[in-house]
Amino acid sequence: MVDDHLSRVFAALADPTRRDMVTRLAVSDATVGQLAEPYGVSVQAVSKHIKVLTDAGLVSQRREAQRRPCHLEAEVFDLMTKWIQKYRQKAQERYERLDDVLADMRGEQQPIHPRRQRGAAS
Amino acid sequence: MNDIASSTSPHQVSIEADPTVPIIRMTRDFDATPAQLMRAHTDPTLFARWVGPNGMEITILDWDATTGGHWRYAAGRDGEQYGFHGCFHEVGEDRIVQTFTFDGQPDGVALETLWFDDLGDGCTRLHAQSLVDSFERRDQWLASGMETGVGEGYAKLAALVAEL
Repeated sequence: MVDDHLSRVFAALADPTRRDMVTRLAVSDATVGQLAEPYGVSVQAVSKHIKVLTDAGLVSQRREAQRRPCHLEAEVFDLMTKWIQKYRQKAQERYERLDDVLADMRGEQQPIHPRRQRGAAS
Repeated sequence: MNDIASSTSPHQVSIEADPTVPIIRMTRDFDATPAQLMRAHTDPTLFARWVGPNGMEITILDWDATTGGHWRYAAGRDGEQYGFHGCFHEVGEDRIVQTFTFDGQPDGVALETLWFDDLGDGCTRLHAQSLVDSFERRDQWLASGMETGVGEGYAKLAALVAEL
């Protein structure tokens, strides 16, 4: 389910340390040890955060010799952007209703932006 | 999917979720004066006509749109009711500061600031800013479909740091 996935993404990003890690990983891949350095926390603690990010699909880890660098999965952000469009649409619908109310207040015969249902055109 | 492309209005809402503070900002232009927009936000009969969402019947239960006043309304469809309430902290000439709580999450409260920028020629820009008490709360609200837009902020953040 897309919505379940997004809930996990949002839950994962609700934590400021994990948001920092995502920001760091957006610059380049990094190992758990490298991620632990700036926070002064244990590798175990960072591993826990990475597990949450991995479960949400935001981060993947590949094996590379002795290292397992963490990699940010940028396409998850695309998914979030699509999801956000649903909410933008709701706000847009609300403000188009407000357009109609404002048009009536001006005493015009017709709303200036007659709304058309064009679901198929999207 | 019926996405934003189905809107024919020349005025599109712009949404920004701040990645550093739990704030959502929206702007939207209207062919109206600030005074008309203010009336559409403070007159309960007018407000009920547009606050939505689509297909929901709005019942105003309590309304005193003055500084120190309060409001309460219910949105209903198919026998289901969702209640919302808050206080008008300040109702100025071109600015409204109010609180917003969804009855289903009584511990959550957003501080909403709306202001209207006169662009001239009968055009006004609405700014709406919503501050909640944590990122978690913001994302919960977003996930429940009540408010607008967090992914974009993170996506922007990611794009920004990628350029560093």
